Amino acid sequence: MTEPIIELHGVTRSYGSPPTVALAGVDLRVERGEMLAIVGPSGSGKSTMLNLMGTLDRASSGDIRIAGEDTTTLTDAELSGLRAYTIGFVFQQFHLADGVTAVENVATGLLYTGVPLAERRRRAAVALERVGLGHRLGHRPSELSGGERQRVAIARAVVGEPPLLLADEPTGSLDTRSGAAVVEILHELNRSGTTVVVITHDVELAARLPRRVSIRDGRIELDQHDRTLEVA
Amino acid sequence: MMPATERRSRLRFGDLLGLGSHGLKAHPMRAALSALGIAIGIAAMIAVIGISTSSEALVREKLASLGTNMLTASAGTDFFGEDAKLPPDAVERVRRIDGVETASWIATLDKVNVYRNAAVDPGATGGLTVVVGENALLDATSSKLIRGSRLNAATERYPAVVLGERAAQKLGIRDVGSSVWIGGNQFTVVGILDRSPLAPELDSAAIIGPDIAMELFDFDGSPTTIYERSDDALVADVRDLLPGAINPESPNEVKVSRPSDALAAKNTVDQAFTGLLVGVGSIALLVGGIGVANTMVISVLERRREIGMRRSLGATRRHIRSQFLVEAMLLAAYGGLVGTVIGWLITALVARANGWIVAIPPLVLVAGVVVTVVVGAVAGVLPAIRAARTSPTTALSG
Ligand SMILES: Nc1ncnc2c1ncn2[C@@H]1O[C@H](COP(=O)(O)OP(=O)(O)OP(=O)(O)O)[C@@H](O)[C@H]1O
Ligand SMILES: [Mg+2]
Repeated sequence: MTEPIIELHGVTRSYGSPPTVALAGVDLRVERGEMLAIVGPSGSGKSTMLNLMGTLDRASSGDIRIAGEDTTTLTDAELSGLRAYTIGFVFQQFHLADGVTAVENVATGLLYTGVPLAERRRRAAVALERVGLGHRLGHRPSELSGGERQRVAIARAVVGEPPLLLADEPTGSLDTRSGAAVVEILHELNRSGTTVVVITHDVELAARLPRRVSIRDGRIELDQHDRTLEVA
Repeated sequence: MMPATERRSRLRFGDLLGLGSHGLKAHPMRAALSALGIAIGIAAMIAVIGISTSSEALVREKLASLGTNMLTASAGTDFFGEDAKLPPDAVERVRRIDGVETASWIATLDKVNVYRNAAVDPGATGGLTVVVGENALLDATSSKLIRGSRLNAATERYPAVVLGERAAQKLGIRDVGSSVWIGGNQFTVVGILDRSPLAPELDSAAIIGPDIAMELFDFDGSPTTIYERSDDALVADVRDLLPGAINPESPNEVKVSRPSDALAAKNTVDQAFTGLLVGVGSIALLVGGIGVANTMVISVLERRREIGMRRSLGATRRHIRSQFLVEAMLLAAYGGLVGTVIGWLITALVARANGWIVAIPPLVLVAGVVVTVVVGAVAGVLPAIRAARTSPTTALSG
């Protein structure tokens, strides 16, 4: 597979009028199997860029190709298909459903692919094992720690085995230890072939990744590769 | 890897129903309150229809047992406004009409009255009449005896009398064997009739035989009313032929009626009352619909995060729209189901109080639930469109 999983060409995103520019002409290429951090000060446009990569938002101008698809020409249903099969999301606030168990929450990750309920649950249990929560299948989010909740959210994002995982400050509301466990899971996913893009304020976390993209005022300021950390 | 255009988001129908029942499960009290208006509306509608169909069912049942093939012909008024009499041989001619199965007659004796005994004031007739009738009368009018026997070939000749239901009650006669005072003669009661819906004039009559009437009261043999039953299919034809057969000289004087028609008309539920309840029901349904819409708007606002998350998991705008539309429809259907049961109970209570059988067409019950689902769909459209338009990025960042 030669085509990159993410390709941004001259992407801008501005809000309102007079327009405030959140992203001012970004070019970025991410190959399949990469793991990279997006860093930068608050308000620099990190989340905006991640949402555009995840097709949750549309660019004001420029081209975005995800897994070879030109997203500017796709309909809402086609973009949704891309999110259902190709992209997994993890957010700082977990966004789990309070009333239902961990398995049900994770099974929701397959809801929009038309997989039957029993199969969804089976695969959800497998995904929870994978993030080390095989013993918490029947627990509700309120009965879990913050780190465990974020691991449930990761399981939900990857239960459909998408090739691309986008994480917006996944350790932002966790203590150091739970954060480290989450980061280890992200590394593990990357080792098994998933492309992982992580927004983070955590310098140590970023330093351990093979590639760091720094953003300031909606532009890419620096794109550092660290060959020694790359996955063989 | 397959192109994205071939890997479409899919939501199974069963899963969609599961998502739609969220509102009912997560907020049962709120669901109950917002479905209340719809329940009241549909209950009123079902009750109105149920009460009217149940009362009609009773009439239909009664008519089925009485038959609708009876015609009554009476002497109208003549050219001078005097009460006309029918020719004595009229009944014979009626029996010869094609399709006529039975025919009989009565003759009212104007100057003869019935009393409990000789001591009663002659002015106190109690609105009772004395009529002459023969054996076949009870068959032609579907009148049933509750006591004793009918006048037969033997008793017709003697001072024997059969009393109508009201007549027996007015005279204080409970059983056969008692005697009453008719036109200055003592008569023995041999039978008491049940109510006679097709020939209500018999209810307040004392019926005596033709022979004794001729002997004691100079009865001339001219009937005042003729009862006739014919083949069901030929009722209209017979109706046309009757006046000519009864009175060939002046057929215009003969008045023909079909008592079953009058009975059916009298028993239908008051239209104004029905209209009022249907109006109340529609307003309640409208208010109920607004209640459901309101609940849905609140639900959409509260669940923006959930909507954003679902979008990020691959839900299309259409999936989100369907989810909230189904939720509104289930909410309304819940109200509709409860309302239908309440409407049925009201009908059953009213029917029981009136001695009717409950007869609501099943189609009406189905229609009740269908109507509420439609109301729910209409109420849910705008909130569902709003939900589908929710921007996933703002919903997830907030
Ligand atoms: N929906 C919006 N409407 C208007 N302006 C917005 C909107 N979303 C983001 N912005 C603006 O775009 C700019 C970039 O925002 P973005 O959320 O991408 O920053 P960020 O790098 O993720 O910051 P943080 O580290 O605080 O999360 C900010 O100035 C922000 O105010
Ligand atoms: Mg951000």
